Amino acid sequence: MRYLTRRLGLFVLTLWAALTVNFIIPRVMPGNEASAVLGTFHNANPAALRALEIQFGVNVHQNVLVSYFQYLGNCLTGQFGVTAQGVPVFTEIASKLPWTLGLVGVTTVIAFLIGTLAGVVSAWYRGGWLDGILPPFLFIVSTVPVFFVGLLLIYVFAVKLNWLPLGGNYTIGTTPSLSLSFIWDVLKHAILPGLSLVIVTAGLWVYSMRNNMITTISEDYVKTGRAKGLASRRIMFDYAGRNAILPNLTGFAMQLGYVLGGAIVIEYLFSYPGLGYLFYTATTDHDLPLMQGLFLFYTVAVLVCVLIADLLTAVLDPRTREA
Amino acid sequence: MATGATVPEIAVTDAADVAEVRTEPRRVARAVLRNRKAVAGAVILLVAAFVAAFPGLIAPDNPLATTYPQNAGPSSAHLLGTTQIGQDVFSQLIWSTRLTLVVTLIVSLIATFVSMIVGVSAAYLGGVTDRVLMVVTDVFLILPVLPLLILLAAYLPPGVTSLTIVLCITSWAFQARQLRSQGLSVRNRDFLVAARVRGERPLYIILVEIVPTMTSLLAASFFSLAVYVVGFAAALQFLGLGNSGELMWGTMLYNAQQAAALESGNAWWALAPGAAVALLGAGFALMNYAFDEIGNPALRPVRKRRVRASA
Repeated sequence: MRYLTRRLGLFVLTLWAALTVNFIIPRVMPGNEASAVLGTFHNANPAALRALEIQFGVNVHQNVLVSYFQYLGNCLTGQFGVTAQGVPVFTEIASKLPWTLGLVGVTTVIAFLIGTLAGVVSAWYRGGWLDGILPPFLFIVSTVPVFFVGLLLIYVFAVKLNWLPLGGNYTIGTTPSLSLSFIWDVLKHAILPGLSLVIVTAGLWVYSMRNNMITTISEDYVKTGRAKGLASRRIMFDYAGRNAILPNLTGFAMQLGYVLGGAIVIEYLFSYPGLGYLFYTATTDHDLPLMQGLFLFYTVAVLVCVLIADLLTAVLDPRTREA
Repeated sequence: MATGATVPEIAVTDAADVAEVRTEPRRVARAVLRNRKAVAGAVILLVAAFVAAFPGLIAPDNPLATTYPQNAGPSSAHLLGTTQIGQDVFSQLIWSTRLTLVVTLIVSLIATFVSMIVGVSAAYLGGVTDRVLMVVTDVFLILPVLPLLILLAAYLPPGVTSLTIVLCITSWAFQARQLRSQGLSVRNRDFLVAARVRGERPLYIILVEIVPTMTSLLAASFFSLAVYVVGFAAALQFLGLGNSGELMWGTMLYNAQQAAALESGNAWWALAPGAAVALLGAGFALMNYAFDEIGNPALRPVRKRRVRASA
């Protein structure tokens, strides 16, 4: 199980690095959190500053190492401080999480399926017309910045055609309920941001899937499949595709950070009130505890997904267990 | 920006003999001219370079002057209309090319250099150095890029210097992994053994002996970093983490978004800089794609003869 220990080690190390980045940044930059928060109000009085310093654990008179371990302890026990508005960071994140989870979760799965399938098919017909068009097309599209895709979609479908809403998560004034009309309203608001994310992320899987597939197609077990006279669709998916998908599976988790980044931009563009939009408002308000909490949350989310992917790889690919 | 650290390391077959490896720069130059994607990418980049060098020839209007009619639609006087405070959008677009291109090239160059040093040193020196360098690389690979960029940028004074710094810090890791894989594949070649026997220092071996064998991979790294930098710089500025007084495409996008340009009938103000970012990114991406093909023949489109793929 050396493979899993190694991956677990990386998990802990990255988490520690993210925590430390969070700890160091406010200290090497001019001012500290409390004075930065107070800077947003213009009447900084020393007593208020002191109170905030205690609240954020930024004690200038305390040994740095002591505050560092205090901070690590706070984070491990789930105390991430409060936002500039006085709401616990954790509560704030939890309240916006479902919107981002829905948007990113669904679009990532759709994009993964489209991209992987395109990779399998174009590698199978390597050199054919499909292979000449599909991978380069999806690859080029995936390099188009997500905000440009979003801007175009808004311009065409919301401004010109007026088919779909400009932004938001549901029509202002409607009360959330489980009625069909409300669900349809929510879906309508999610189509354009979701589509933007699918368009730019589907291409991420094509290229690697095609290349993995090209490698597996020349393996002996594929030849065996052919010799046994199996249908080529069976060989394509069950023999070559199944083995080629392994690296993509780990890639899936690694790309999550990228997808979450895209979601920040898209949520801002569409005023979609998820974590990304929260991150944007946190930066404009200079709400440092909230920004740090969000950064930490994103890191943990990616790490957990990478770990799950690693476990899956270990289950699916016996070679990693021996290495 | 493909799948990250977990892509299986590609072992290059030892078919190419030493002589061929060592004359690679000239071979690469010839291969570029024969590759259609490279030619298309080069045309886009040359046009961008020309616009960046001589913006005044194309757009004589002062991009910062606020003397024109406000929020006007496209006309012969203002090809893409004017902004809410009466600036010429076309002129802003053209003049923004310079700073956008300069930041992209500087960050990509620095990050390529860092990833080359990290990747090749890890491969060549091996042992503890390799392990430490790769753990650091993996940590940077996993940390979510945009949140980290936002966090870093929020603490620095807004402007191109901060932008350059934060992009350099966050961008080198993936290429370092790739260059390490390539470094491992040449590590035990005869010419390196010869250099070691001659008693050359490690730095000399890395820079003079190993690096020249990776020209096409380094070029591919540079261009793939440029794709990344163009997009992320614009995204950061779009999110309001730039200096909106600096003429760059990202800050144009931010200003347009703040003025709700799309909805208020001034769509070109937002769409034009977006398209410019996309086009420049496509230029770099085409070059990246081409250099990947040049460096790894297994990826080339098969034309007449069906070649057995063994990447």
